[in-house]
Amino acid sequence: MLQSKGSIAGSHNEHQTVFYGLSTCIWCRRTRQFLEDQGVAFDYVYVDLLKGQEREEAVKKIRRWNSAVSFPTVVVDDKQCVIGYKTDKLKEVLGL
Amino acid sequence: MTDTQHPADTQHPADKRHPDEEIVIPPEKVDKLYEILKQWAKSTGYNLNPDEQFTRELVEGLLINRRRYGYQACPCRLAAGDKQRDKDIICPCDYRDPDLEEWGACYCALYVSDEVARGEREIQSIPERRPAKPG
Repeated sequence: MLQSKGSIAGSHNEHQTVFYGLSTCIWCRRTRQFLEDQGVAFDYVYVDLLKGQEREEAVKKIRRWNSAVSFPTVVVDDKQCVIGYKTDKLKEVLGL
Repeated sequence: MTDTQHPADTQHPADKRHPDEEIVIPPEKVDKLYEILKQWAKSTGYNLNPDEQFTRELVEGLLINRRRYGYQACPCRLAAGDKQRDKDIICPCDYRDPDLEEWGACYCALYVSDEVARGEREIQSIPERRPAKPG
């Protein structure tokens, strides 16, 4: 069963990377798979699996970076954000 | 359902389950909706994404959302769980046609343009066209 949030270990742990996705979203699945395949350490949050205040807080965090609150949204070091399944952009931001 | 009504545009209150229950969709249900959507798309001049595995995963997402909310909200968007607030993202969403026109695929890529269906154009993750909701 997919957990609503958790952490994935990886050799690329130079950045604090947070992946926000939806459990039903295929572009989110691809993005997560890409991060895993590249060995990126990251925290993940499936916003559709959160409830109540926890979900509201996650939405608020995403909105700071992405006013549309669309998925996937990957926030790196609380400084940069990649919206959508954009492997080139993720490589650039994460230095892969 | 009428001939012109999208197969997703029906409410299924009987499918609603307790929110804490894990939703598992049997493969035969995915197959059934996949075939219905494929036929419906064809008869209305649209194309389902020809990548069958990709499309089946989206269909599964639609069925999960049907169980969760009672309607087939776009699997790639965060639904509010209120049909009135989510009506623009019930599949086929209000943004399908402009996204097909501009990007060759709808937001989740369940539907693709003729060009994409013929393999002459590749799809990509596209920007959200839905206006940002306040709060």
